[in-house]
Amino acid sequence: MSFEPKILGFLCNWCSYAGADLAGVSRIQYPTNMRVIRVMCSGRVDPKFIFHALELGIDGVFVMGCHPGDCHYLEGNYEAITKFDMTQQFLKFINFDKRVRLDWVSASEGTRFGEVVTEFINHIKELGPSPISGGNPDEDILDKLKAIKMAAGSNRMRALVGREKTLLGSENVYGEQIIEQRFNILIDKAIKDEFERHRVLLALEKDSNSVKDLAVELNIDPSIVLEHVLTLKTRGQVDFQKIKGNTPIFMRL
Amino acid sequence: MEKIGAVMVVGAGIGGSQAALDLADSGYKVYLIESTTSIGGVMAQLDKTFPTNDCAMCIVSPKLVETGRHQNIDLSINCEIQDVIGEAGNFTIKVLKKSLYINPEKCTGCGVCGRECPVEAIDVFNEGLANYAATSVKYPQAVPLVFAIDKNYCIGCGICQGVCKAKAIEYDRKDEEVEINVGAIILAPGFDEYIPPEGNLYGYGKYKNVVTSIEFERILSASGPYAGRVLRPSDGDVPEKVAFLQCVGSRDYTGKGKPYCSSVCCMYTAKEAVIAHEHMHQIQPTIFSMDIRAYGKDFDKYIIRAQEEYEVRYIRSRISSITEVPETKDLRIKYETEDGTVVEEDYHMVVLAVGLNPPNDAQFLAEKFGVELNEYDFAMTDIFNPVQTSKPGIFACGAFSSPKDIPDTVTQASAAAGCVNQLLHEKKGTLITEKTLPPEIFVRGQPPRIGVFICYCGINIGGFLDVPEVTKYASNLPNVVLADNNLYTCSADTQTLIKDTIKEYHLNRVVVASCTPRTHEPLFQETIREAGLNRYLFQMANIRDQCSWVHMNEWDKATEKAKDLVRMAVNKARNIEAIERIKLPVTQKTLIVGGGISGMVAALNFATQGYETFLIEKQKELGGFARHIYNTLEGGNVQEFISDLIEKINSNKLIRVFTQAEIEIIDGYIGNFKTTVIHGSKKEKTEFEHGVVIVATGAKEYQPTEYLYGQNNKVILQSEFEKLLNTSNDINDKKSVVMIQCVGSRNDDHPYCSKMCCAEAIKNALLAKQKNPNVEVVVLFRDIRTYGFKEKYYREAREKGVIFINYEENEPPEIISEGSILKIKLKTLKMGEITIESDLLVLSAGIIAKREDNEELAKMLKVPLNDDNFFLEAHVKLRPVDFATEGVFVAGLAHCPKTIEDSISQANAAVARACTILSKDEIEVEGKIGEIDMARCTGCGMCIDNCAYNAIELIDDRRFGRVAYINSILCKGCGACAGNCRCAAIDIRGFTGEQIFAMITGRN
Repeated sequence: MSFEPKILGFLCNWCSYAGADLAGVSRIQYPTNMRVIRVMCSGRVDPKFIFHALELGIDGVFVMGCHPGDCHYLEGNYEAITKFDMTQQFLKFINFDKRVRLDWVSASEGTRFGEVVTEFINHIKELGPSPISGGNPDEDILDKLKAIKMAAGSNRMRALVGREKTLLGSENVYGEQIIEQRFNILIDKAIKDEFERHRVLLALEKDSNSVKDLAVELNIDPSIVLEHVLTLKTRGQVDFQKIKGNTPIFMRL
Repeated sequence: MEKIGAVMVVGAGIGGSQAALDLADSGYKVYLIESTTSIGGVMAQLDKTFPTNDCAMCIVSPKLVETGRHQNIDLSINCEIQDVIGEAGNFTIKVLKKSLYINPEKCTGCGVCGRECPVEAIDVFNEGLANYAATSVKYPQAVPLVFAIDKNYCIGCGICQGVCKAKAIEYDRKDEEVEINVGAIILAPGFDEYIPPEGNLYGYGKYKNVVTSIEFERILSASGPYAGRVLRPSDGDVPEKVAFLQCVGSRDYTGKGKPYCSSVCCMYTAKEAVIAHEHMHQIQPTIFSMDIRAYGKDFDKYIIRAQEEYEVRYIRSRISSITEVPETKDLRIKYETEDGTVVEEDYHMVVLAVGLNPPNDAQFLAEKFGVELNEYDFAMTDIFNPVQTSKPGIFACGAFSSPKDIPDTVTQASAAAGCVNQLLHEKKGTLITEKTLPPEIFVRGQPPRIGVFICYCGINIGGFLDVPEVTKYASNLPNVVLADNNLYTCSADTQTLIKDTIKEYHLNRVVVASCTPRTHEPLFQETIREAGLNRYLFQMANIRDQCSWVHMNEWDKATEKAKDLVRMAVNKARNIEAIERIKLPVTQKTLIVGGGISGMVAALNFATQGYETFLIEKQKELGGFARHIYNTLEGGNVQEFISDLIEKINSNKLIRVFTQAEIEIIDGYIGNFKTTVIHGSKKEKTEFEHGVVIVATGAKEYQPTEYLYGQNNKVILQSEFEKLLNTSNDINDKKSVVMIQCVGSRNDDHPYCSKMCCAEAIKNALLAKQKNPNVEVVVLFRDIRTYGFKEKYYREAREKGVIFINYEENEPPEIISEGSILKIKLKTLKMGEITIESDLLVLSAGIIAKREDNEELAKMLKVPLNDDNFFLEAHVKLRPVDFATEGVFVAGLAHCPKTIEDSISQANAAVARACTILSKDEIEVEGKIGEIDMARCTGCGMCIDNCAYNAIELIDDRRFGRVAYINSILCKGCGACAGNCRCAAIDIRGFTGEQIFAMITGRN
């Protein structure tokens, strides 16, 4: 039997859900793989929702909203863009970024709705089943996804993403303009760091460990692991457990 | 005669619908009468709207759905007016409701009849570009969604009666005549487009690839005949070179078209050109026009973008001929350029920007309602109040009184509602009925008992997936007490069944699996509420529009999908709770900032209705900008009008005027504002409470630094020239007057048109000529923008010998002062360089925003300004006088440059919008909104940034310290804050994280 991907769609009530309805009224035929969750605005789609779906083994997630400028809530779809961009950047670590998509469908684009859904389903078919679907999920990827979910939900990431539109669009608390390039460097670094830190956290959750062994297990340079462990210590998430020979062992708090 | 608290609105396009909604929300019973079979009018036919390129259907359809199901609006379609008697306050109208041959009570809008109909009729909605069935709705999202049989095409085969499982087809259904008693009437029949007659110059009707603009609009539309692909009718190819011809049937003195300007074509053509290029990049649009009349808010910027970003080419010329190239069906256009060269070019397609005619039945309506028409057969209206017809108690809005665009139509619709408020206020609330509902059953904490109702929708669902199988599956899901299926879950008898079932099985959650919640959720919510359940204990699964209809050949997979959708809905239903809607009191007093014409008109309207009003003016006296204007172009006496207003204001006990006043602070929100004002020469302080605010702070005249203004006393402003003409005879010894248009407008500093300068110049030119026929008047212009009926005066000025010479932005006239002589040097295309000697140079200075004042007020009211520092409304098309911040409205020049008449309309419109709040003792807040768990909130304040409605602020809580607080009155429930919250402290009722997680889990 050919691969039939499981797709989940988040559609905003005002444009894309209406576009999906119009596809129905116009009897546009498209494959059956997608199940839709209606939200009032694409800005409501918390990255957690997407990670949760992927963790369950869903093969692809499609978020749809009103075309930029058309948002029923003035600018909710811009909020959706910043959140989605971060989500996708995180998913690059496990090569899942192509399994999620953000697109705009208006209330009069019934045909287009059918087209973009079909295209996305075919695209996921080409990618093949999610490595964490089915009875025998790839534990390494699943672990990484869990770390991503925690990292993306961390206060730091949410603060950066939540403020992005204001900081780049208008000005900061000093009345200064933040240069987009500078902000992007900051956010890229934060994404990488928080991903690795949460991997460290998850690894320590299973068992206390040394920096060197963690570095081997996670395939990250030991000096960087050390930096992460120290940061996590100041955050009150890990601490020294004991010193074995010359090697300190860290534990999850 | 006793006044009646009901209103009839004739015509249910966007104007009629807006007027009906405003009045229905203010406590009047509204009879909305439509001659076609669905509401929405021309706007529903449009693809996109300018200048925002908003999808027309996206923004109009929620409004139409609201109109269709408002409990104070009685909507009748397919109607004809028979007879009208009575007077202001009490009219009786006989209406003929023509038979649809389908029982609207029974029709579910499923559309099987249309699919089975063997007759192909012409699809009028798609402008004849596609075929249709004789049994049809106008368009897929039509309101009301009731099919009708078009007797002109129907052959009476009887097939639809057989296939209609709802038994709605009734061939013997008769026309019905009803009598309706109302206190006021609003006429909003819209317009009909100009259709070029047979043998027209453009070859329309003869050459296939010549289409009208409204046909092209359907070609552009994603729901149009070519599904949004721009193709030409002759061979279905993409036309690369498309020519748009302006002023087809407008500004035409030959008698074949209309002499007036249709006001909207310049902009809709620019939009169509932009959208065409956007849809298919290979399309290169060329627009042939005389003047580009982009006089509205942000219109000029749109024209510039069209040229710079979308490769739209403008040619200033009226073409001389079109012929078809027989082999290719291309069109050969011959035109003369500005320097007189004759050019021939071939185009793949030609779009005619057809003008707006009065509605075809204008004469009929005028006769029935006893209102007068003007020389062009549009409704004649009051010189200062553009919605007042010649008959008291009857108002007109939209294109029925003059060609106009959507925002002006919507403004006038609200303005008409504002005038009705003034007339009928004492009868407000007398004819509307409130439903008595049983008390709500308390279900919190009880284990979920879910009932699932699955719809066959005739064969629409049942024909493509296994409904009994889905029902069986649903009945085995946890917490589901009962699963049942119905032929039509939305039919009246099923509503009774649902109510009985809720009682019999003690259900506390209800799931319906049928069509889309966008149209049907309110119906089912009403049903469960009638059975005593909170209306939010409801969830829908869309197994028709998004399942059976889109997977018609996949029985098994569609059945699987339907099961999943039902399971996801049940998962959510298990987690939903009752939501209580909060109610808040409304202070029934008003604040108006600005005592110009707009402010005064609004104040008087409020006071007439009995609302105490505070009117604040910065200057010593009332009157504002218009104090410098003597007459309008159309002959209205402005000075007399203002003194009359001031007198009425001063003698009205309900209006409290503060002059030399400044606002110190405005606090609060919709229904509950508190303001402190410092006023008078002694700087007294007064504090008062009010429920709404109207911003009418006006604008000011640009003070030129160019053209020797202030250096040479022969150089004066248009307003100073007007004073000179009206208060002296100085014009009598002048030989030559030169006017320069667009001084301080349409340039880099002020990239917009000030809208009234062309009319002012022509008005003063005519007056100068009248007082001294020997004076030579020369107007140097970039485009003459005498839109609408003002065109008449432009023609009159030319006939009287006023000379109009065009100049380009990058080559402005040069002024040379030689002793007592002023010389004006100018490069022209036709005559080369010319020099005019003049003894008076009049500068038409533009209108600019009061930047500092506006910025300060905007901050206090938390409302935005646009790039030019004018106030920015909530939505440029459909909410022209509202702000996104509720309870705050805008009118007059504070919004953008406009005429006195438009300002008056806006003022009355703002009053009508405010009355939808003031007419209630308390306002009910939307239930599905955000809430904050204070124990979790860290007070980072990020959500404040995310909120587009200023609904969130940081407060100091006694227990939790500094935390975010959502003002439930301002929150719209979009959820942008919740999706970003760092500490998961925010949730959206009805779309909680828990509920969505349950649905995601259900997907698996």
